Amino acid sequence: MEFFERFAVPHPSPMIYASMVAIGLVVIGIVFGITYFKKWGYLWREWFTTVDHKKIGIMYLISALLMLFRGGADAILMRLQLSSPDMEILDAQHYNEIFTTHGVVMIIFMAMPFIFAFMNLVVPLQIGARDVAFPRLNALSFWLFFAGAMLFNISFVVGGSPDAGWTSYFPLAGNDFSTSVGTNYYMIAIQISGIGSLMTGINMITTILKMRAPGMTLMKMPMFTWSAFIANVIIVFAFPVLTIALLMGTTDRLFATNFFTTTNGGMDMLWANFFWVWGHPEVYILILPAFGLYSEIISTFSSRNLYGYKSMVGSMVLISLLSFLVWTHHFFTMGQGALTNSIFSVTTMAIAVPTGVKIFNWLFTMYKGKIRFTVPMLYSIGFIPLFTVGGVTGVMLAMSAADYQFHNTMFLVAHFHNTIIPGVVFAMLAGLTYYWPKFFGFMLNEKIGKWSFWLLSVGFVLAFFPMYITGLDGQARRMYTYSEATGFGPLNLMSFFGAALMAIAFVTIVYNILYSIKNSPRNIGNDPWDARSLEWATHTPVPEYNFARLPQVASSEAYWDAKKNGHKLFTGELKDIHMPNNSGVPFIMGIIFFVAGFSFIFALWVPAVIALIGIFACMALRSFELDHGRHIHVKEIKEIESQYEGGAK
Amino acid sequence: MKELFPAKQVMGLVFSLVLTLVALLVHFTDMSFAVGMTILLVTAFIQAFLQLVVFMHAGESKDGKAIYTNVFYGFIIALVTIFGSLLILIWDM
Repeated sequence: MEFFERFAVPHPSPMIYASMVAIGLVVIGIVFGITYFKKWGYLWREWFTTVDHKKIGIMYLISALLMLFRGGADAILMRLQLSSPDMEILDAQHYNEIFTTHGVVMIIFMAMPFIFAFMNLVVPLQIGARDVAFPRLNALSFWLFFAGAMLFNISFVVGGSPDAGWTSYFPLAGNDFSTSVGTNYYMIAIQISGIGSLMTGINMITTILKMRAPGMTLMKMPMFTWSAFIANVIIVFAFPVLTIALLMGTTDRLFATNFFTTTNGGMDMLWANFFWVWGHPEVYILILPAFGLYSEIISTFSSRNLYGYKSMVGSMVLISLLSFLVWTHHFFTMGQGALTNSIFSVTTMAIAVPTGVKIFNWLFTMYKGKIRFTVPMLYSIGFIPLFTVGGVTGVMLAMSAADYQFHNTMFLVAHFHNTIIPGVVFAMLAGLTYYWPKFFGFMLNEKIGKWSFWLLSVGFVLAFFPMYITGLDGQARRMYTYSEATGFGPLNLMSFFGAALMAIAFVTIVYNILYSIKNSPRNIGNDPWDARSLEWATHTPVPEYNFARLPQVASSEAYWDAKKNGHKLFTGELKDIHMPNNSGVPFIMGIIFFVAGFSFIFALWVPAVIALIGIFACMALRSFELDHGRHIHVKEIKEIESQYEGGAK
Repeated sequence: MKELFPAKQVMGLVFSLVLTLVALLVHFTDMSFAVGMTILLVTAFIQAFLQLVVFMHAGESKDGKAIYTNVFYGFIIALVTIFGSLLILIWDM
């Protein structure tokens, strides 16, 4: 029995036992359901082994929504605990674990897969390609992300969750102060999904550089593709830093090295330094694709081309460079001198300039445009003022002298939620609504969608604006309770109501999906939004090979040209299409990585070594495997094309 | 015969051997830490560049521009990260 004691949760509560039961029941339910309906074969053939960028995108999308639920549940528990003074719903330890997992889940396992979902779904279509450059690597990226996410999510019922904050600063995250396996989960789960992210970065850059349709020069790419390109460049340069920092942290915890210890020549501050060398570019990895989605949506629903295309691209390139020059602003109070802080204050404020350029470009795009207030457009319009508030408070935080006052207060918490929620989450929900018909063949209900938008926006303002005030009044972040005498009570109660409204908004989004599956009409055509770029030029739902003939492109709005200006998109004869074969290896590697990660977390060396051998065996297998892909022949293409209304274009 | 003989690569090999010998001097002669470190850094970077250009054929395909842009960008970010970290944690702490 001693062996199994390590898997026990060090700090159990009835809520955790209830979750264990719930997780167990759900897993049994899913396995039973799939077996009962005989869907294992279907799942294996169509999803687990797929290398199709659209299906991988959909799997990212579903995972992101699930993780949004998980992270949101954490958030509600936190707001409930703080809703009035001296609450006792959560104890200090449980609260620590919840804010840690909330942060990690929302950034690494919700926002990242959400942007990867859109990159996967949209980029190949926007550039007129048939898939990404390395389809099987793409599948591996997804399964590594998924293995990491699942590993992280079992932490709270097996061995205990990480509790040192999503930044996991040493020495708190070291063995002396974090004795449970929680922080091992943090190090290894993020490592596994981070490897996946890095692969996606390389994959997408190659795709965008090498696989664009004939005529599409770099400056004729649609804006979302540009933003995805820049974001992936940042991924490739930023993620290796995280990889190494996590590796050093892992060896500190598992093998007693001294990189981040306070004795034996270690330097705990080096972790904070490395973390933010990755961490700041990371926020731009999230926000740039969001900006790209807004650009597409605002231009479509203003019925105008995007204002200032070149300045949009230029400002993104500038942001990508500046994002690597500001990381110290996350720890102005760590003790470095005024010179350093001044330098990083200036670079931080400088980022506001290209961001401001983008905001004005969107406003000018809408100016004199014929605006249609659809759900995606509502999110985009709501984003502009709300995000600007987040940007302005960001400039306040950038002043290093003033930061000594703001640091580690709820003011900071309000600021970054104020940028990430209207910036990233609104964009993801706008993108979800906007691209839903392309991939599922029906629209989401507009009326329910508008309800979701208003509930979410009002809930957001109610939840986070009070934090600016309590933060300035001195409420520290990560404090699990406060006394009545502080006077923080009423505003925190308001925050809780806001959070509850946001939870209701999430429920309406899920309801909307279910409602629309049942009730939405299916005959929506290829282009339900009257959109402008290439992804709308192919059929709905998109055939496996995306385009029967590769499109000819002459501007960044090729499809608009084709609709309005008589541009010929598809010319020439049909040819056989070369497609990649499906493969089960990425899925199996995901499972092996999961086992390896789990073994490392609990220092079970025998299974860890076996799993590592398994990983290398899979890689060797791939190296020696002969796989030339397959061809879809002209006859078959014609059959598929004729099934769509109107036949091949 | 001239097309078949990889003159560039042979020259590259000779040059990289010379660089290795220069780097070895640091071990076999008695010089100060600063001088030794400078020699090691300079020879290491020339060596890496040589490998990239001569033996990994950067710039020989039509992606040459993208490859050099990439290397240049990575170089800048690495320098910023290293010197920024030194500034934060040592020079100005």
